[in-house]
Amino acid sequence: MQKIVGEMTFKKISILIVIALFAVVSACETIMPDEPAPEEVLAEPIEDLTPAQLNLHLQGDGEFARIFSQAEGLGPIFVQASCESCHIGDGKGHLFTALTRFGQYEQDGVTWNSLLNQGGPQLQHRSIANYPAEAIPNGVRQATFIAPNVTGLGFLEAVTDQTILDLMNEQALAGIVSGTVNYVDAPDFFTPKAHHIPNGQGQYIGRFGRKAAAIDLVHQTTNAYKQDMGITSDFDLQDPINYAVSGLSGDNVADPEIPAGTVNAVAFYIQTLKAPPRRNTNDPQVIAGENIFKQIGCENCHKQTLTAGPSIISEINNKDFHPYTDMLLHDMGPELDDGYTEGSVATSEWRTMPLWGLGLQKDSQGGTQFLLHDGRATNYNQAIQLHGGEADFARANYRQLSQAQKDQLFKFLDSL
Amino acid sequence: MKTRIILFIFALFGVNAFAQQDTTKVWQRTGTGDSTDTQQDAIYNRPFITVGKSSTAVGGYLEGNTNYFVEDGITEGFSMELRRFNIFLYSTISSRIRFLSELEFEHGTKEIALETALLDFRVNNSLNIRGGIILPQLGLFNANHDSPNWEFVERPLSSTQIIPTTLSEVGFGVNGKFYLGNNIIGYDAYLINGLQSGVVLNDQGRTFLEAGKSEEMFGEDNNGMPGFNGRIGLANRKWGEVGASYYTAVYNDFRVDGTTVADKNSLHIFALDYNTSWGKLTAKGEYVYAFVEIPTELNGLYASEQHGGFIDLIYPIIERQMAGYKNAKINLSTRLEYVDLNYGTIPETGAQIRDDIYSLAVGLSFRPTPTTIFRANYRYQWQTDFLGNPAVNTAGIQVGFATYF
Repeated sequence: MQKIVGEMTFKKISILIVIALFAVVSACETIMPDEPAPEEVLAEPIEDLTPAQLNLHLQGDGEFARIFSQAEGLGPIFVQASCESCHIGDGKGHLFTALTRFGQYEQDGVTWNSLLNQGGPQLQHRSIANYPAEAIPNGVRQATFIAPNVTGLGFLEAVTDQTILDLMNEQALAGIVSGTVNYVDAPDFFTPKAHHIPNGQGQYIGRFGRKAAAIDLVHQTTNAYKQDMGITSDFDLQDPINYAVSGLSGDNVADPEIPAGTVNAVAFYIQTLKAPPRRNTNDPQVIAGENIFKQIGCENCHKQTLTAGPSIISEINNKDFHPYTDMLLHDMGPELDDGYTEGSVATSEWRTMPLWGLGLQKDSQGGTQFLLHDGRATNYNQAIQLHGGEADFARANYRQLSQAQKDQLFKFLDSL
Repeated sequence: MKTRIILFIFALFGVNAFAQQDTTKVWQRTGTGDSTDTQQDAIYNRPFITVGKSSTAVGGYLEGNTNYFVEDGITEGFSMELRRFNIFLYSTISSRIRFLSELEFEHGTKEIALETALLDFRVNNSLNIRGGIILPQLGLFNANHDSPNWEFVERPLSSTQIIPTTLSEVGFGVNGKFYLGNNIIGYDAYLINGLQSGVVLNDQGRTFLEAGKSEEMFGEDNNGMPGFNGRIGLANRKWGEVGASYYTAVYNDFRVDGTTVADKNSLHIFALDYNTSWGKLTAKGEYVYAFVEIPTELNGLYASEQHGGFIDLIYPIIERQMAGYKNAKINLSTRLEYVDLNYGTIPETGAQIRDDIYSLAVGLSFRPTPTTIFRANYRYQWQTDFLGNPAVNTAGIQVGFATYF
């Protein structure tokens, strides 16, 4: 290299630089990382958002990823410091980020007490400096919840109450399964939409959460900010408190710690995340598995197709979509009865979780699937075997399948 | 405050500009500039301008670059930045006493920091007493971080994600050298205020020593427990230099108004650094291990152990007169680096926590003089989250310059 004759002049150096830059720019596509295929990721917006909607989506995306520090209001007791800590890549959570909820029945054995005056319904087992974390009171009931994936929720939010009630009634008539709804008290900030139908007590159908305790995504997001991160908002000005210390908040940050606009932006971000994409839909094994899924009765609850009601998001507005849920609560038998509940739901009842995104779940769970509400199952077989109660007949049918048929079923689930 | 500082700087340059009309400008290095210089001389081993017979010299460096990065196929496009504009003041107050300061402007006037303001009292070569705002001797990079000295635009991950370079501390202590044939043994030992409570519960959501820095640490310690920094280095005129350094401090506010309200939480950083040459090939780097005591309430969420390091390999592919510069060089370099930001296992599953970054960078640089560099870097980085989900891949091209003045 050093046998270049003569002095390296500006001209020679310039030529070398131009050649080098040209080579780099030419190679740019091959030396830069590719975007993952759309069907391999969850964290993407719905197509056809308007520029203004996309801008709001991105604003919410930033807030969803925002990590709160103690100085910004985290705590005084909390579970995680950001939305994305639990919903990595907008996918399902991990045992490490699981939530613990607790409560107990009143002496009448019917009325559920969320133990709000003892720090319920959610345990915050972490805390800011010089403030103790919360502990679960003795003798109460508890359950562990893994965070669900958050994609496609805008479609579920747009399903009308009437559609849900119709499904409930259809199931009652058919007599195979008997889903129900959880009517919950609406928070002060809840503004009903045209499709919301209150019951006689002014309560509304819950549709988010394992026990369907949140009416819409603003309700769910407000609760998550408070219960998961200890972040107060215009919608809820009260920090979670360790009542074993005092009735006062232990953080010195003025409330609200975030404005309503931030909560709304995050809710909009979630509303406008795409429906989880499917893969390998033409694979004969997947098609065979889908048929088995229907034949053995899974689809009675994990309903393939729902129709959204009116929405300002054109991609959602009155569109069919495929979440594999009926949005109803079902008795899952003693196998999944943790003795814990929310609202008027029986302890063995769980909302049918959408199966979409199942095949991408391990990409947000460190390569291992943690299935069911608390991650106790690590493969499809374990999860299905734990389906009792109203799903007992489907489980019995599943047990009759050959291993080859089970494998086809699993391939179908992986394609979701 | 920023305006006042800027006016002060312009006034300073103004005075020097007038002075330079009538006096002789002399470039000098205030280190010896010879083979007895070691890592501990890095802060003095910079070019300064001495005006006339003034005992005060001025220097500094300027650094700017372009950025084009792509993360998993997504890019924010092309941008340019003026990263740093640093000004040094050096003064020989007497034969034994000297003063050095460094004021940094980062990204224009977005961040202004007094990185160094120290006074040295030299008893002899083996004993120098130092006090003020010092640069702790921790690893290779912290006390030798001037951009013109490096072939890469980005600072090493081990010195940004673990060692919070540039780490400045208020403190005092001693340093010195012992000469043993071809070997020089250097030592540094300082008492310091130490990093503060932002090490955890910060806006990174992880153990992040950088967030333990605060403006208050130059005014008073947050808990009244001084920390310690020390380094021992062995330099051989033939083989180069290796060093081992240590830093410790209690970082949390365990004492409020004189009353103890919590247990003390300490942090400890151990580092090895090396700088050597084989023929024309230069190799330098560091390895860092940090242990941080985490409050029980935050166990699992915040790392108690972090480690990582880097190695830079630099080879001059052309050394000759270029564009009128006698000893100009074109260097080819590569940097390999790795940091594990949370070394441990996930309590719920027993699986290894990942939370790590691997990076490979290659660079081509033109040095018309040893104090000026024009450089182009390509960097590829693999970042894996806590759970070990598919890595986020980032790559980018940076073109920039850095020069002492």
